[in-house]
Amino acid sequence: MSVLVIAEHDNTTLAGVSLSAITAAAQLGDEVQVLVAGHGCRAVAEAAARVQGVSLVRYSEAAHYARPTAEDLATLIADLAAEFTYVLAPASTFGKNFLPRVAAILDVAMISDLIRIEGPDRFVRPIYAGNAVATVQSTDPIKVVSVRATAFDAAPMGATAAPIEVLEAKPHSDLAEVLAEQLTQSERPELTAAEIIVAGGRGMGSAEGFRLLEAIADRLGAAIGASRAAVDAGYVPNDYQVGQTGKIVAPKLYIAVGISGAIQHLAGMQDSKVVVAINKDEAAPIFQVADYGLVADLFQALPELEAELNRVLAK
Amino acid sequence: MKVLVPVKRVIDYNVKVRVKADGSGVETANVKMSMNPFDELAIEEAIRLKEAGRVEAIVAVSIGAPACRETLHTALAMGADRALLVTTEAELQPLDVAKVLKAVVAQEAPALVIMGKQAIDDDCNQTGQMLAALLGWGQGTFACSVALAEDSVTVTREIDGGNQTVRLKLPAVVTADLRLNEPRYIKLPNIMKAKQKPLRSLTVQELGIEVAARLKTLQVSEPPPRRSGVKVSSVAELVDKLRNEAKVL
Repeated sequence: MSVLVIAEHDNTTLAGVSLSAITAAAQLGDEVQVLVAGHGCRAVAEAAARVQGVSLVRYSEAAHYARPTAEDLATLIADLAAEFTYVLAPASTFGKNFLPRVAAILDVAMISDLIRIEGPDRFVRPIYAGNAVATVQSTDPIKVVSVRATAFDAAPMGATAAPIEVLEAKPHSDLAEVLAEQLTQSERPELTAAEIIVAGGRGMGSAEGFRLLEAIADRLGAAIGASRAAVDAGYVPNDYQVGQTGKIVAPKLYIAVGISGAIQHLAGMQDSKVVVAINKDEAAPIFQVADYGLVADLFQALPELEAELNRVLAK
Repeated sequence: MKVLVPVKRVIDYNVKVRVKADGSGVETANVKMSMNPFDELAIEEAIRLKEAGRVEAIVAVSIGAPACRETLHTALAMGADRALLVTTEAELQPLDVAKVLKAVVAQEAPALVIMGKQAIDDDCNQTGQMLAALLGWGQGTFACSVALAEDSVTVTREIDGGNQTVRLKLPAVVTADLRLNEPRYIKLPNIMKAKQKPLRSLTVQELGIEVAARLKTLQVSEPPPRRSGVKVSSVAELVDKLRNEAKVL
């Protein structure tokens, strides 16, 4: 069985979510190939070639793949897909954009947000914001699957490098043009890759309120997350959002501050290893998923937490 | 310019879903149903484009059981001009929905399709992209802003690292993300007026579409519950537990 994994990258670095997709791919087939489509991204192809379990890297280079449109990627992938039994990509906004388009061109169903593989054609995925999980069986000749990165470990680097084969780029489609990207600049780790996440909700009260979280995040080397309510209130940018329709995270430690715990938020973080909740409302649903709950006013608790962390971690 | 807005009837956003004891699905009997919240954003955006004079007509379409009529009434009460109900009793998966919508597009010839980026029941996030592929149209997914011009639409998209702006040739498909707008509340007189608006009903067969679910649901189950935790009484105790019990600091 052969598997094609579509690599997510920024033309410089292979994204960690791609490594999780490669792990899922290795569970499905013995022949795992990775497609790296980009512009001036030979280093990404070389990195993908060194990942354990990868047997071949298909490298497609073109100026219009620098920030590829779903239209251009789907055409390239759909053409290549006939060689494979599975086509996988991370279930990120990158993969979610083009993968259904690929499936429709191939006239096959798509399996979104794979969290477990139960057989060559049996897949487990969350539905209803993770309040239920469905096992589905695919009858299609090519299985197009987006992989939830938090459900699969990152594939390690292997001892040898797989060959890199150049794949001819397809012409650019004039259906869509990328005009601009405004990316949030941050020194902190990326949310989906962070070992520790400090997240704030409506209880933070303001953008200034989030500064209290920043101090703690910096002390712990953590990423900052937020509930939808905090994003909607304009306290933080939209790419901080954790939840059903935001980012899905599963860090070693998730500290939820001033977050009530709507099911849509829990859907994005309930696979975290250890959950801490700090909230002044004792009845907040977040406490039901928290390993450690502290009922407290966050404006008192956070400065205390910062001081306590400074004290014990300095030792 | 005409805009087509597909809307889906789903279990209401605030309902805590329960898995059926036999593992065949989730309980839908006597459960409040509503329009998928992302589709409400799509309807609202279409109405705002109409209010801004960029759109002449808004057609809402829903596919499924006859009860989807209620969802269409909501769309009409919000401000859609007319509605189309495509009925079927068969289970519909995104690829089938996209095929039905393609047939509707062939009849209606809209310049723009705006729809929710995902439905909150199956959480697939596929149909808009699939429809765009089947039509050979451009797609602007996860939209937080839409600017419509004569022959193009500029869409700002919410992506993992921030925002991306794309320009699509019309006709095109746009899928709505959370921050596209804030849907209006429906006023009572508009509910009455909506009943006078045209609602046409036809079947999937009449559109010439054969529905064939490619994914078979073998089982639906509850996720493993998180073990319940403990309350700590102070910040010092919390930090102590995180270091010495959970060993995560």
